[in-house]
Amino acid sequence: MKALAASRRHRLAPVILMTLALFLTGAVYAALAPSSAQANSASADDIEEGRRLFITNCSTCHGMDAEGSDTVPSLIGVGAASVHFQVITGRMPMDADAPQAGAKPPQFNDEQARQLAAYVATLGPGPGIPGEDVVDPELGNAAEGMQLFRTNCAMCHNFVGAGGALSNGKYAPALDDSTPIEIYEAMITGPQSMPVFNNANLNEEDKRNIIAFLISQREPNPGGFNLGSIGSVSEGVWAFLVGFGLLIGAAVWIGARSS
Amino acid sequence: MSIEQSDHSTELTEHPATFPNPGLPPHRPRLGDEDPKAAKRSERLVLLLFTVSVLASIAAIVGYFAIPVDPETGSVGNTRLSTLIIGLGLGLGMLGIGTAAIHWAKSLMNDHDKVEERHEIAGDAETRSTAIEMFNDGAKDTDIARRPLIKGALGGALALAPLPFLVPLIGNLGGDWDISRFKRTAWAPAANGDRIYLATDPTNRRIKASDVTIGSLFHVMPWNLPEHPNYLDEKAKAVVLLVRVDPQDLKETEERASWSYDGIVAYSKICTHVGCPVALYERETHHLLCPCHQSTFDVTDEAKVVFGPAGRALPQLPIDVDENGYLVAQRDFDEPVGPSFWERER
Repeated sequence: MKALAASRRHRLAPVILMTLALFLTGAVYAALAPSSAQANSASADDIEEGRRLFITNCSTCHGMDAEGSDTVPSLIGVGAASVHFQVITGRMPMDADAPQAGAKPPQFNDEQARQLAAYVATLGPGPGIPGEDVVDPELGNAAEGMQLFRTNCAMCHNFVGAGGALSNGKYAPALDDSTPIEIYEAMITGPQSMPVFNNANLNEEDKRNIIAFLISQREPNPGGFNLGSIGSVSEGVWAFLVGFGLLIGAAVWIGARSS
Repeated sequence: MSIEQSDHSTELTEHPATFPNPGLPPHRPRLGDEDPKAAKRSERLVLLLFTVSVLASIAAIVGYFAIPVDPETGSVGNTRLSTLIIGLGLGLGMLGIGTAAIHWAKSLMNDHDKVEERHEIAGDAETRSTAIEMFNDGAKDTDIARRPLIKGALGGALALAPLPFLVPLIGNLGGDWDISRFKRTAWAPAANGDRIYLATDPTNRRIKASDVTIGSLFHVMPWNLPEHPNYLDEKAKAVVLLVRVDPQDLKETEERASWSYDGIVAYSKICTHVGCPVALYERETHHLLCPCHQSTFDVTDEAKVVFGPAGRALPQLPIDVDENGYLVAQRDFDEPVGPSFWERER
């Protein structure tokens, strides 16, 4: 006991204690947190809770039975993936009528989003929320993902996923902060202007490769500043303002009379 | 000086016909010309700038050896650091020399203005007449008017001499001059009459019509095109975009009614303006946008141009379904794909 009391003051004690605490937290979390498989096979309680959330938060526009209207899409048959994507990225509930519902801080947490999705999934069959291993970038091939991304996605989302403009105020968002699950759900459901890329077009392996490519783009760039990766516009602004500015400054200094 | 000038301007009521040459402004000594301490300061600054240059160059060389960028041992962060150090060293090394030299010249070397008079470019009359005389004498001496054979031989030699340079230059532009290749693509049925299947690009999987759900977008190339000897050349002409829209939304003329299949339509992806890949598809408006110049095509209306500089609709690929449900091209495009060229009819 005395030895323990003495070692309490050892300089490594905080490190060891912190490590133990982290392990304990991880173990407790793993034991208590619902796994994604459980969340996918939603319980009746989840569906009921999702229905309640739907009635209070979504039915104003989408209708009590999610049937939609002339201007609001019906949610029957859109599937759990679509609801989960729209809610977890903050696109829904929409806060203003705009050309496009943009991402914003989400109003619901992941559990609530899955409950909502579980409820909407009961209205009609549609694509479900993918499991963690389906979207794990570690299992994908970034090089093949790049080929697929270049052909299928890059024309709107830019060659490294930096996003780009469409017509009439619509845009393809940047993919820097999208999670693998969100990227997968966007491909399979085609939110808003985006076309659908179902599993016959890009199968699960293709989708995982694309996710691996996008995640690999977040590593530091050996080339230095990428200036937003939007190509000649930002590079040109940089060259004209900073480069020419410095050259003009140098020319003025060279031409000025010495005091 | 400025007070004097302002006095002058108030006295002048009208401008004189010519202004006299004001000459050089008076020489004003710099600080360093009169104060040896200031000169010493300038000297030290020049020395400092040269020293910065020396240190930066040495730092760049040290950085090159000290920071490993070998892919086996180094990381991306190392590469960035190495590039940064070498670049900064190189830049400061040269900037130091430049700024030191200019500061040296401006503050320590003499700053007396020197005048260099300009001269007329043309020679004087005598030189010119002599030159013309010499030229005429030479022409008379050749007797070219009386020796037509030599005149012809000279002309022929001069005309032919550039050809050994020009002919390979033009000949090397392309292997052959078969312009008809612009007018056909890899969608043309094979020699044995087999029709070409539609396949996903770049994964080369055949596409079932039932897999193309409404709102789907498929990037398509002819099946097994990667085996073609001129794969990339052929792909550049043959890429196609496949979408399925609600058949009720589709506006089709009589003639093209058989070109689509249950709302599935296939259009060339090569813009008719300058040949960019038109692939930004807005699922809700059924508009296809070209990323280069924003030409916009309406997929539901035979890919007609609704906005932008493109002059023609995108060519449509007539498609069909085989007995197993796979999509197949009926035949090649009816018109050349891509931008206009000199032998194109429209």
